[in-house]
Amino acid sequence: MTDPLVRVRGLSKWYPLPRRGLFRPREQLRALDGVSFDIRRGEVLGLVGESGSGKTTVGRTLMRLTEPTRGTIQFRGQDITHLPRRELRPVRRHMQLVFQDPYGSLNPRMSVERILSTPLLVHEPALSPRQRRRRVEEALDLVGLFPGAADRYPHEFSGGQRQRIGIARALIAGPELLVADEPVSALDVSVQAQVVNLLLDLRARLGLTVLFVAHDLAVVGTISDRVAVMYLGRIVELADTAALFTGPRHPYTEALFSAVPTIDPAARRRRILLQGDVPSPVSPPSGCTFRTRCPYAQSRCADEPPDLREVSPGHWKACVRDDLALAAPISAPILQPTQAD
Amino acid sequence: MSGTVADIPAASFPPARSTRAATRFLRHRLAVAGVVVVVLLIAACAIGPMLSPYGPLTIDLRRRFQAPLAGPHWLGSDQLGRDLLVRLLMAGRISLTVGFVAMGISTAVGVLVGLLAGFYRGWIGTALMRLVDAVLCFPSIFLLLTLAALVSPSLATITLIIALTAWMEVARVVQGQVIALRERDFAVAAEAIGASDGYIMLRELLPNIMAPIIVAATLNVARAILAESYISYLGYGIQPPTASWGNMLNNAQEYLESAPWLALLPGAVITLAVTSFNFIGDGLRDALDPRGDRSA
Amino acid sequence: MPLSETGDLLRVEGLTVRFGAVPAIEDVSFALRPGETLAIVGESSSGKSVTALALMRLLDPRACSVSGRALLRGPDGRETDLLALPERAMADLRGRALGMIFQEPMTSLNPVHTVGRQISESLIRHERLSPRAAAARAVDLLAEVGIPEPARRASAFPHQLSGGMRQRATIAIALACRPRILIADEPTTALDVTIQAQILDLLHRLQQETGMAVVFITHNLGVVAEIADRVVVMYAGQVVEDAPVAALLEHPAMPYTAGLMRSVPRLDAALHTGRRLLAIPGNVPDPRQRPAGCTFHPRCGHARPDPCLRARPALEWAAPDHRVRCARWQEIAA
Repeated sequence: MTDPLVRVRGLSKWYPLPRRGLFRPREQLRALDGVSFDIRRGEVLGLVGESGSGKTTVGRTLMRLTEPTRGTIQFRGQDITHLPRRELRPVRRHMQLVFQDPYGSLNPRMSVERILSTPLLVHEPALSPRQRRRRVEEALDLVGLFPGAADRYPHEFSGGQRQRIGIARALIAGPELLVADEPVSALDVSVQAQVVNLLLDLRARLGLTVLFVAHDLAVVGTISDRVAVMYLGRIVELADTAALFTGPRHPYTEALFSAVPTIDPAARRRRILLQGDVPSPVSPPSGCTFRTRCPYAQSRCADEPPDLREVSPGHWKACVRDDLALAAPISAPILQPTQAD
Repeated sequence: MSGTVADIPAASFPPARSTRAATRFLRHRLAVAGVVVVVLLIAACAIGPMLSPYGPLTIDLRRRFQAPLAGPHWLGSDQLGRDLLVRLLMAGRISLTVGFVAMGISTAVGVLVGLLAGFYRGWIGTALMRLVDAVLCFPSIFLLLTLAALVSPSLATITLIIALTAWMEVARVVQGQVIALRERDFAVAAEAIGASDGYIMLRELLPNIMAPIIVAATLNVARAILAESYISYLGYGIQPPTASWGNMLNNAQEYLESAPWLALLPGAVITLAVTSFNFIGDGLRDALDPRGDRSA
Repeated sequence: MPLSETGDLLRVEGLTVRFGAVPAIEDVSFALRPGETLAIVGESSSGKSVTALALMRLLDPRACSVSGRALLRGPDGRETDLLALPERAMADLRGRALGMIFQEPMTSLNPVHTVGRQISESLIRHERLSPRAAAARAVDLLAEVGIPEPARRASAFPHQLSGGMRQRATIAIALACRPRILIADEPTTALDVTIQAQILDLLHRLQQETGMAVVFITHNLGVVAEIADRVVVMYAGQVVEDAPVAALLEHPAMPYTAGLMRSVPRLDAALHTGRRLLAIPGNVPDPRQRPAGCTFHPRCGHARPDPCLRARPALEWAAPDHRVRCARWQEIAA
């Protein structure tokens, strides 16, 4: 088996909060608390969680846009955790980011050509202006925009089109890893499907490795090979997509699935309503952080934070209870001929 | 591909941001009046003295203290019989030059300090902003006078002194904006691409904060003109016989009762120029306010 | 026909809102029965929120022109046209007969007053309760909307509550005077799914208890399927389909509705990861540049030059309870 493209071990990001009293210890907001995972070459790893789960921080930290507090990040076999900025620059070429907000992520004062040229100016300074222009037009074509778009400004485009421009910017220098941070959640439903399709096409065409961060389970299931579920800065479950959707093993995953409203009347089912809110990441509960909302919690759950352990091949979970029969949103296919691929 | 987007007719787009800003500016009547006054003032100062039969230093002791409209000198003459109109216009050249050059220097310094302080928020930023606070602590008029008393007054030194007491506001505005914009996704995107700090500051961030900079710079012209008047009025500024609006006022003090026009006219011109620049600044602020842009 | 005969609680007819020359919504009509949940579903610039704001008379009359009628049947059976009511009478109705909640709870909560005070204010004003009674009632209401420790939370400021708790508080405010209609504009869009599930559950429960009717505005078809009795689909400022929820989800007659349903990713897509979604091509039209003919024709696989480009299709009855705005719905269904 080849090495993974990304290997993250024990990644933590704690934000110190302002002191509330002279003699009080400084409190820490644990945005990310000991996260470990691999991203295999050529796969799409989905990362789902609710707000405050730390899923966005994972993407930003692994790209070194946010400095990790603890842990290591390996990318293409190289430890980049403490690489100085100058040495990070050539690495950046191989990892790119697509943003959630199609409005804020494009500089309103720059033409699309300027926006798309920036990565080329940084990473391929030898290109002539004509070659650059050609690359810009190729990138626009790749994401389904017309070449004339290069001369326009971001405000002249709709949300979906802007998101295509953002994807073109991420891809123009030919990265291996794409971190897509909620790339479709700000878009209209009908446009969202177009952008999901575009990402699927690009991934197949360019052999991209993708970390797909989202809160929408259905979108994540459509696009990801494996899915990691996060809660309060930790991964609570990680499995192949089909395995996770047909047989979740963590109570939080079960509740998350059960909360998704669906238009499919056959899939309408008994809803597991979680009580209360996500606890504060400043003072998370002891032991398992989900235990305060978990319908299956026992007294021992308060003792130790459960490890993320492999419960069946490729299926990892952080929960001590192995005796649970959890409800799945969809049933496993009964010898269904494979239609995909 | 099903998602391919057809060409969009250009006509379906809203007019560009700059046109809309211009439209909003033109609706601001006082600001437009300010522009007209400033343009007229500059033109008059540039051309006027050449058309007049009198020189600014031409002394005519036969016609001392001629009142305005009461003789050949349209706006009257001073204690040496010098033509007041020509002197006002020549003084305008000096005062407006001081205003614009001081604005240029102070804006450049302010932008630089603000960019660096906002971008490098570690000890560099803290040190720079403490410096800004320290300079702001002194009442600017004392600072001006202290500095002016220390150096030998000339056009260049006076301009520099005024500029050095006026850059802090720009620095503050820029620093605040940079801190806010740095967190925006497009700045993060540039960082993720691997762009250099200089590129991010100058190419990505600076164009997005031009609006407040322009507004602050316009108001700085007004302030610099006023500052020059203070210093020269108190005798530390532009030295006679070169005329500036400030030292004309100084000169007029002795004759306030006998020849009040000597004080009133320079005072009126200063007020006119300063309020005009202030109105322009207000107009620009409204016109460039992004909240007026729906699609921004 | 008078409302007393049709049994409708609210009937909107020919509602049109223009911002200058730009039509935000055109000729919107629908009816709401007592106790019913009507979902208005649409994408951005479909006009769904403008419809709600127009009904509540919350649009700035200097910025837009509103025409049409919105007839509300009072408890005494009398009809009032909300759009023709004087501002004072409308303000009175707004707290009492009509409640409204928004997507972002902070927009409707006043940051400088405690939650309890904001609830009791409306009770004092509309129900003429004494301050003491109103405060006690406010705590009851907070308990009713599922806020733990209601007595303590009543003295909390909005920023001290989580997003879900804030939305519960705005629901408590909207329901303080027991309105007969609650207008909810994307009330769960800003919330996480597990919190969304709690709020939907709460709304459902409150509706069962109070018998109020709900107009629920959303872009999420999944939410529609969970809560609605009847669905109005809007596209580019017009009602394009109006049907009971089961009929709409099983047999959508308008190609846009069908396309929207197909383009929504479903959980079972996880079984064949990597399969493309059935997207609707193109973009939602800019309100300033809506296409001639059927507004959906540039994105519609069933569009034909004749009749789709010729004229705006009318809203036709496809079934006794099912309206559709498509010139070719019969051919497409066949």
